[in-house]
Order: sequence, then C-alpha cells, then structure tokens
Amino acid sequence: MKKSKGSEKIILNIERAFCYIILILLSILCLFSFYVLIINTTRSHPDIAKGFSLIPGKSFLVNLNNLLNNAQLPVLSGLLNSLIISTISAALATYFSTLTAFAIHAYDFKFKKYAFGFIMMIMMIPTQVSALGFVKLMSDMGLMNSFIPLTVPTIASPIIFFFMKQYMESALPMDLVEAARIDGAREFRIFNQIVLPIMKPAIAVQAIFTFVSAWNNYFIPALLLNKDGKKTLPILIAQLRGADFLKFDMGQVYMLIALAILPVIIVYLILSKNIVRGITLGSVKG
Amino acid sequence: MMKKKLKFVSYAKWGYIFLAPFFITYLIFSLIPLVSTFYNSFFENYMVGLMQVGPKFVGFDNYKAIFLHSELLMYLKNTCIIWVMGFIPQIFFSLLLAAWFTDLKLRLKTGVFKTVIYMPNLIMAAAFSMLFFTMFSDSGPVNNLLTSMGIPTYRFLAEVAGTRGLIAFMNFLMWFGNTTIILMAAIMGIDTSLFEAARIDGANSWQTFKRITMPLIRPILAYVMITSLIGGMQMFDVPQILTNGSGNPDRTSMTAIMYLNKHLFSKNYGMAGAVSVILFIITCVLSVFVFKFITQDSDYTKVKKRKKVRSL
Repeated sequence: MKKSKGSEKIILNIERAFCYIILILLSILCLFSFYVLIINTTRSHPDIAKGFSLIPGKSFLVNLNNLLNNAQLPVLSGLLNSLIISTISAALATYFSTLTAFAIHAYDFKFKKYAFGFIMMIMMIPTQVSALGFVKLMSDMGLMNSFIPLTVPTIASPIIFFFMKQYMESALPMDLVEAARIDGAREFRIFNQIVLPIMKPAIAVQAIFTFVSAWNNYFIPALLLNKDGKKTLPILIAQLRGADFLKFDMGQVYMLIALAILPVIIVYLILSKNIVRGITLGSVKG
Repeated sequence: MMKKKLKFVSYAKWGYIFLAPFFITYLIFSLIPLVSTFYNSFFENYMVGLMQVGPKFVGFDNYKAIFLHSELLMYLKNTCIIWVMGFIPQIFFSLLLAAWFTDLKLRLKTGVFKTVIYMPNLIMAAAFSMLFFTMFSDSGPVNNLLTSMGIPTYRFLAEVAGTRGLIAFMNFLMWFGNTTIILMAAIMGIDTSLFEAARIDGANSWQTFKRITMPLIRPILAYVMITSLIGGMQMFDVPQILTNGSGNPDRTSMTAIMYLNKHLFSKNYGMAGAVSVILFIITCVLSVFVFKFITQDSDYTKVKKRKKVRSL
C-alpha cells in the first residue's frame, strides 16, 4: 500500500514536470520576440546588421535621440496624439457605458426590453463594415484630421455596457438607490456620487481595456488622419513599413516598435492580476 | 398608493435620459454610416486619376462584379485558411492549459504563466507585426540564428507557407492566452462533485477530461470558436503591416478587410460598399449564433443539468 502511494507520487511529479516544461516553452515563445526587441533597441545599426546577439549594446540613448529627432517621422506628436485619443476614449467609454447600464438596470420603462435587445444585437457588428459610410460622413462634417471621430463614438460601446450591466447586477443593490432618493438626492447625483464609486473596480478594468484598444487601433485612424502632426503611433509604424526599409536605421525601427509596445506592457505587468480577473468577468458567464 | 405610482412614472423618464447619449452616438457614428454604406453599394462611384466617375445608380452591378470576376472570394478563402491555421493550435493549447490550470491533482503554480500568455493579446498588432517583419526578414535575427546553427536560411516572406504561417502564428500567440482564461472560467464553473465522483470511480485524467469536462464546456467552446471566427473575418492589422498592404506573395495572404481597405483608400466607393455589405451579412449570420449563446445561456445550463442527472 505504502509502495503504491510512493510510486503514485513519483508519477504525479513527472506529470507536473512535463506540464511545467510545456508551459515554459510556451512562455519562451511569447517572450522571445519581446526580448529580441528590447536587446535591439540598445544596439546601433551596424551592430544589428552584423548579426543576432543576446547581449545588450550601449546605444539605447543614441537610438532614442535619433528617433525623436527624425525629421521624417513625427514620433513625439504621434506619442502625444495616441495618448490623448486613448485617454479620452477610456474616460468617455467607461462613464457613458456605466450610465447606459444604470438606465437599463435601475429604471423601468416601456422600451427597456427593446433597448436592451437592440444593444445586444449590435454588439458583434464590426466597425470595418460601416467604415465607408463613417469616413464619408466625417469628411462631409469636416472632421478629417480631428480626434472627435476617434473618441466620441466610444460613448456607444455595447461590450463595455454589457460588462457593466453584469457587474451592476451583483454589486449594486437597488436599496441603496432608494435610500438616496429618500434622502432627496436627484437621479444624476445618485449616479455620480453613489453608483460610480461602487462601480470603480469594473470601471478600472474597462478603462484599461478601452485605453489599450484605442492605443492599438489602426484601421479607422489610418483612414481619417493624413496630416503629419495628427498621426498616431500605428500609422507611423505602417509608414515606416512602407518606407524604403534598407536605408533605414534599424536601431530606430526597433525603438519605435518599443515605444508603441512597452508602455502597455509596463501598465499590464503592474495591474496584471486585475486585468486577468477582468477578462473572466467580462466573458459570458456560464 | 396613487402617489407612489405617480412617482414611479416620473423615474421612467430618467431611464430615457440616461440612455440618450448611447443611442444618439450610435445613430450618428454607426447607424447612419451603416445605412450610407448599404446605399453606396448600389452606385458606380470611383476615381480615375483625379477624375471622379459617378455616382450613378447601377443596382446590383457591384455585387455582380464581385461574384463574377472578383478577387473577394479568393481573399475570403485566404482569410479562412489563415484563421484555421491559427485557430487549431490556439484551441489545442488553450484546452490543454485550461485543463492543467484547473486540475485539482496537479495543483500547478499558474500566476506567472497566466500573466505571460495573456500579454501578447494587449500588444499593438501593427507593432507586433512590424517586429515579426524585422525579425523574419531575409537578413533578420531569425535567419541569422539559423545560419549560425548551420541551417540554410528561409525566406519567410517570399513563400506562401512562410507568410501565411507567420500571420497564423501571430494570431495564435495573441489569442491563445485569452481563450485559455475563458475556458478556465468555464471549467471552474463545473460542479466539483462531478470530478470527485469520477475520481472515486477510478477515472484517469484523460477519461475525466473526455467524459466530464468536454461535454460540459461544449457551449463555451462553440462560443469561443464563433467569436474567434468573427474576429478572424476582421483580420487586418497583422497581414497589412507584414506584407505592406500587398498581401504578397502573389496576394495569397490578402484578407477580405485588406481588400476593403484598398478600395477605401483609392476611393472606389461602390465596390467598397458592396464588399462591406457582404462582410456585414457574413458577420450577422455568425453573430446570430453568439447571440443565442449569450441570451439562452440559462437554457444551456438547464440542459446540462438535466444531462448530468441522467448520467448520474
């Protein structure tokens, strides 16, 4: 009896070791390209051309400086534009999605069922299929090279709305709203001062997701922004890809990619626990 | 009593007020553009040099052109092939990892791994693709590595399999972590007493997985697959940057949205409209299934429970 227990333990340990080996291999697969990226941001163009190395070089600041002073690529304004668009998108999307969710959650009105059904129905429609009409309308309204078409539409975010509603059902007791009403608070104040603070965890998670997806967005901005000073980072990367590649300083190429990727990775590593939990909250329960 | 009812009615007004921003925004920035896209698909409207042709109403001519001598069908095929190439390893590893992470006997330390495998999902696809382009270019780090190990170099971006493979590989890397976490949540939702019962009956890990886990997470698996297919239909950033919009070699890695993007840039609005409408219809058909999974979720659980009882 004792013997079989011992051998069972050995088998379990072998199984465990096997799992860890596969997991480590997959992790290497995920991290390898980022490792190459970080190493190559620190190496000069001739170094990179010479061949691959696992050891960092000393040209990090030179590369950064060269890139920021590159006359052909408005990198600094690109960074700033991406930051502005992403921040406004995150703020608008979370505030108004919570408001929409509150409207469905807390009030009873005639068209409630239809409104909810409608939002669920439009959830899966991709932005690309209405891009033609969108770009035409924006150019008719004189909004080319404006940030309005890239930020304001996030007010209507069905997926964030759905997430907020799910969270509200478990986190926001209606008694609280009733109590505030008895105390004489108006509906807008109830929302801003009672509902929003309670929804903070959900808002934080969704703000990160919206920020990241706006930061990474390429399709629509590329169709709307054509002035150099208005371009965002993904457009600059595409521009770099289209340029005559061999003439370009590879140290700068890697540095631009790093500038686009690393801010998101750093924020993610700091908040990863909340984010990973957020995905399961957001995915459909069941 | 009467007073209370009146008060109730007055609150309903706030429901409409709070819904208004969503619906007004949706109307202006999504619904009107969508209708306008449909409308445009029935017109001949394109640019020849600086000269504009149309707009002239042509009925279904744009659609006819697409189905008769079009490249769209080929590009849809490309999209599907690349999607399948990425989805098979994605679902395989996601199932494997989800099963391991939730295994009560193995009790793996999962925190770091979850963080690492989910990370590529948040990376800017354009930058990730650019990174892969530099890494897998003819004289890039990967080919350097191959040479130093004595393996002949491979021109990834000149070969059909190489280019499609790279796109599929990037899609796999970007999405398998996400799928793993969704499947984990599904498996953790299963009543643990079922696993307990299986263990007592002497079932091994594979039997437990096949007889209990798989049947019970089947609705979620279907959900994952369809949402991934809808996402795959929208594949754009990665192949666009990797191939500089050309879909080379020989347009075998051109996706449907890349084709749409091309028409939008050249202001060929009639064709762009028709392509959009076709893509819209395809996504709608797929979405109906997703919609079912979301709204009839409780029915599925009921069915599951009934099955559980029967099998016990």
